[in-house]
Amino acid sequence: MTAATLEVTRPRRRPLGSAPLWLAAALLAAVSTVLSDRLPAWAVEYPRAWRLPIEPWISAAMKWLINDATFGLFTFQEFTRSISWLFNWLLEAAYGLLAQGFTFGKGEDALHIPHVSWIALIVVLVFFARRVGGRGLALFVAFCFLYLAVFGQWSSAMVTLASIVISVPFGVLAGLLVGIAAYRNAWVEKAVTPLLDLMQTVPVFAYLVPILFLFGFGPVAAMIATMIYAAPPMVRLTVLALRGVPEEIKEYGRMAGCSRHQHMWKVLVPAAKSGLLVGLNQVVMLSLNMVIIASMIGAGGLGFDVLHALRRLAIGEGLEAGIAITLLAIALDRLSQAAATRPPPAHGSVRDGSWLARNRLAVGALVLLLVSMAAGALVPAIAAYPEPWTVTTGKFWDEVVAWLNINLFDTITIVKTWLLVNLMLPVKEFMLALPWPVLLGLLAFAGWRLGGWRLALLPVALGAFILLTGNWEKAMITVYLCGLSVVIAAAIGIPLGIWAAGNRRRTGGTLAVIDTLQTLPSFVYLIPVIMLFSVGDFSAMIAVVAFALAPAVRYTVHGLNQVPEHLVEAGRAQGCSRRQMLWKIRMPLALPEIMLGINQTIMMALSMLVITALVGTRDLGQEVFTALAKADTGKGIVAGLCVAFIAITADRLIQAWSRRRKAQLGVA
Amino acid sequence: MTVSTGPIKLACRGVWKLFGDHAARVLAETGGAPDDAALRGAGVIGAVRDATLDVHEGEIFIIMGLSGSGKSTLVRCLSRLIEPTAGEVLFEGRDLLKADERELMDIRRHKMGMVFQHFALLPHLSVLGNVAFPLEIQGVGRATRESRAAEMIELVGLKGREDYYPRELSGGQQQRVGIARSLAVGPDIWFLDEPFSALDPLIRREMQDEFLRLQSVLKKTIVFITHDFDEAIRLADRIAIMKDGAIIQTGTPEEVVTRPATPYVAEFTRDVPRAKVVSAGVLARPGSAGPVRVPAAARIGEVAARVFDEEQPVGVDGEDGASVGVLHRQDVLDILLGREPRR
Repeated sequence: MTAATLEVTRPRRRPLGSAPLWLAAALLAAVSTVLSDRLPAWAVEYPRAWRLPIEPWISAAMKWLINDATFGLFTFQEFTRSISWLFNWLLEAAYGLLAQGFTFGKGEDALHIPHVSWIALIVVLVFFARRVGGRGLALFVAFCFLYLAVFGQWSSAMVTLASIVISVPFGVLAGLLVGIAAYRNAWVEKAVTPLLDLMQTVPVFAYLVPILFLFGFGPVAAMIATMIYAAPPMVRLTVLALRGVPEEIKEYGRMAGCSRHQHMWKVLVPAAKSGLLVGLNQVVMLSLNMVIIASMIGAGGLGFDVLHALRRLAIGEGLEAGIAITLLAIALDRLSQAAATRPPPAHGSVRDGSWLARNRLAVGALVLLLVSMAAGALVPAIAAYPEPWTVTTGKFWDEVVAWLNINLFDTITIVKTWLLVNLMLPVKEFMLALPWPVLLGLLAFAGWRLGGWRLALLPVALGAFILLTGNWEKAMITVYLCGLSVVIAAAIGIPLGIWAAGNRRRTGGTLAVIDTLQTLPSFVYLIPVIMLFSVGDFSAMIAVVAFALAPAVRYTVHGLNQVPEHLVEAGRAQGCSRRQMLWKIRMPLALPEIMLGINQTIMMALSMLVITALVGTRDLGQEVFTALAKADTGKGIVAGLCVAFIAITADRLIQAWSRRRKAQLGVA
Repeated sequence: MTVSTGPIKLACRGVWKLFGDHAARVLAETGGAPDDAALRGAGVIGAVRDATLDVHEGEIFIIMGLSGSGKSTLVRCLSRLIEPTAGEVLFEGRDLLKADERELMDIRRHKMGMVFQHFALLPHLSVLGNVAFPLEIQGVGRATRESRAAEMIELVGLKGREDYYPRELSGGQQQRVGIARSLAVGPDIWFLDEPFSALDPLIRREMQDEFLRLQSVLKKTIVFITHDFDEAIRLADRIAIMKDGAIIQTGTPEEVVTRPATPYVAEFTRDVPRAKVVSAGVLARPGSAGPVRVPAAARIGEVAARVFDEEQPVGVDGEDGASVGVLHRQDVLDILLGREPRR
């Protein structure tokens, strides 16, 4: 090849030339922060006089809703009360069946029918598990429920299970119907999507307050909060699943002459079944995730036990109840997943025979449960696991904590203090000193580079809300805590992901661990953290990192594994070393996916931050939390929206970047 | 061919399907006949352009084109799965595009059947359930629809598999279910959208034979879509060839092969063995023949051996039984060698 052709084929400079621009922006931020003393005061600290009294407006609107709003025939309050009444009735029935038994009549002649026997319930669940998931799942389910019995968690677990049994079907049905409406009408989808974004990013605490006002303190309010929290993914997954039905099947439905109704219920919904069952699984998992938070507004059961133990710093008790929630969650997760992924029936299965023959398992289960209820009346040990047989490890854990405090206290304190002084405080001070016009400008610049003027306006508008409501400083503390946690989570998670993607065994093992970690309710992460580090920003950060680590790992593994095989082969054919293969071929291609993982990490970190308010942070999470304690609707909703807006800003920017990058790489 | 002269069952007149925001406007502004430049200028894609065709009762009408030629869009316009931007679709003489939702539903329930490339079977129903489904939609009682479905399943040779689920069947078997299902309502017009394209070559061949066997019994009016020219030649009574959304030639396989309308069509037909499409009637010349006679519709490939084996010239009979002439060995040889037939 001649010099001339080399000259021609040399790559041109990158067309965007954006690196210097970004550098200049970063420099501007740094300089303005250092020189913040010289800037006008209003630029550093948003003046109090410029705030809008949004909080009292919301509180007033809430009051109007409860006291004066009316639909003509009935008032708003009557409406909420009738909903309460319905759910309360259903819950009572479920409690009776699973936890308390039924009592008819009063006094001496009262007839008491005990609840479903623990033995019978375990037998039925194990049979079901065997059917949908094989022997392994059956053993696992047996183990989980025996733990509940042996560790004395049974009755609390049944209270929790009862509320799940009632709230999940309603959540699924509501999600399904809204999802169908959104699938059918573009305008419904347009209206619902931002609402879903908000429902999933506003911390749960924020809407606990209005729910408390509308439905009163108690299990019903807790259940409604759970449904609001758990239904959004069902809506999204319904739309996705219906869209995912092959175009030809949709066309076939029309060619067969289906009416709209037939087309939906006889063609689309059955064809989308596996996707819809994933939605069911999500609803179950999120409902269990809410168990502890729901106990703050009156749900009993395991959640209440954990919360109660945490408040008394009874680590051992909290841990046992926490594990009980986790096992319940994993068991229900595996059961619903197995049901979702179960292949459709094969020929020669249940078609023939009478109704009884086709449903003999279900009938058998029902008979067993009913008989056990009757038998429980005669032999108490059948109804409830006998108290003397229960075990507890509470003492052991309390001793462990005591030992840790005595022996490791100094070491832990040194590490903690060092990190606080050298890492956390400087970052915090920087964020607080960063003038708000500069930060908003930077975000707008990033938005403009990534997605045009619309994306530039979004962070400015959302940031303006935070400023106007006077939450800027708290928001910055949130950003600092969340940002640091995410950086640390990424620093641990991405290398872990790279390692796990190394071969199939490691991938399988790691993903199994991650799956399990993600089924832990967020509160459970607080238990060991409090054990080791007591309270404060540092503890919060550790809990957030632990909670938010999973997506960083998962998306890294996924990103690396989805690099097209032919590109990897091409690299190998050109003689890349393993290191070159990773850094020159797989990582660049996986980066957009990894960034989506970071995005998820941010979302999870923000949701965890609110919960870490329990260990004494001073950010927006604390604001939401105290609003709940004081039942201050306006304050709670505003602070909750601020958290959501931070989340939405981060989400939109990262998504835009990832989309662009994927398009550039042609791996969309 | 006789079938192509029967009454017209389905026809379309000047059908356009444009995709894009300003589709209707472009069409109006250009007086209903936009050219390439007008379409490109408006950012509109012309999936089907000014398509006109007649499908006669009882014929196999094949629409052939490469991917992106608009053949699938056209068949969806004919069944109104896609709403055409302009034009008429006449089914049994009435404009399908003017039918309201209720009427359309009725027509589809009772008069149309469609087979899809990827089978489009409902995964949650057994073979029996799938085939009975269109009847279930009509509200036919369980016993009636299941016995009708069982008949159809037997017709396509899947007897004994009634209880199987789609995922338990091979591709060829799944398409047999698709065929049985589309025939269950006894449709007047039968759409087949690349029905055998997703199958392996050997199975494809087998299914084509099966399809011809079924048609010899059922005598349906058929619109068949394919991208495979050999398949078109093999099955068609008439072929319409599409390119860039427009129909560039319509004719019998013989016409298309021997008199391609454009170089594009000629390119397709170049490798088609002439002996498979040229019929004896075309080659017949005046002369006196011996005792061996062949029908005019017979393909040269089928009768060549006899022409060379016989001492005396082989005679050709027209449809009415009268002689139309004899076959010359040189003519037959030319065809076998792939030369253009001498006139």
